[in-house]
Amino acid sequence: MKTRRSILQGAGIALAMFATLPRVLLAAVWPDKAFSSAAAGQAMIDLLGTDQTIPTDQIFLKVPEIAENGAVVPVTINASLENVESISIVVEKNPRPLAATFEMIPGTLPEISCRIKMGETSDVMAVVKTADGVYSTSKQVKVTIGGCGG
Amino acid sequence: MASKIKVKTKLSGDLAEVKSLMLHPMETGSRKDPDTGKVIPAHHITQLNFTNNGNPVMVANFSTAISKDPYFGFKFRGAKEGDTLVVSWVDNLGNRDELETVLK
Repeated sequence: MKTRRSILQGAGIALAMFATLPRVLLAAVWPDKAFSSAAAGQAMIDLLGTDQTIPTDQIFLKVPEIAENGAVVPVTINASLENVESISIVVEKNPRPLAATFEMIPGTLPEISCRIKMGETSDVMAVVKTADGVYSTSKQVKVTIGGCGG
Repeated sequence: MASKIKVKTKLSGDLAEVKSLMLHPMETGSRKDPDTGKVIPAHHITQLNFTNNGNPVMVANFSTAISKDPYFGFKFRGAKEGDTLVVSWVDNLGNRDELETVLK
């Protein structure tokens, strides 16, 4: 039979092993809490630990000014910041604002493109986490026809 | 079943440009079936992984707000001709798809 002490020791060893896993493996967990959050600020706290970002012009965010079809809105993000750890797309007025988050691996350029859905006209924020802090750039996209359901 | 992922790569020096296209309904879970009026359950890709010669080069986490039949493009350094790039995704129902391609 296991004593309480041996169980605690076992847990300690498991925790130590977990802590030494490479960052990439840890990052590979899908952040369901941040994705299910209904508020942009809370989603960012769940994902990045803060909802305070430093506005910067070192993130280039390319989105259409007017999206006729909210179901397909092309987004390109290109950051000229150093040591980028992750890039996230936050659509403030979507039912669940966090659209996607991309884990950067050394060697991977902080430059991604994808297509997102938008329910209504909203600010789209590119959030870039670096070793030094969390930076962001926002642009408004006017949506003619929403793409989140019906 | 053959993979339904499409990948295009372009190599310039050690820089690889990757463009990928997947086939997936990306249901939000808030859309109703127009005939029955019932909510269509959420069905979406959660994670898209890229490895080059077995080393991770990109992990993309998707919500339901990624468009149907997702497109995703990115670039990475340290690539060379003949490297094996593997693209794989998993969705919230546990379905998977994977495609292997050689950089050239």
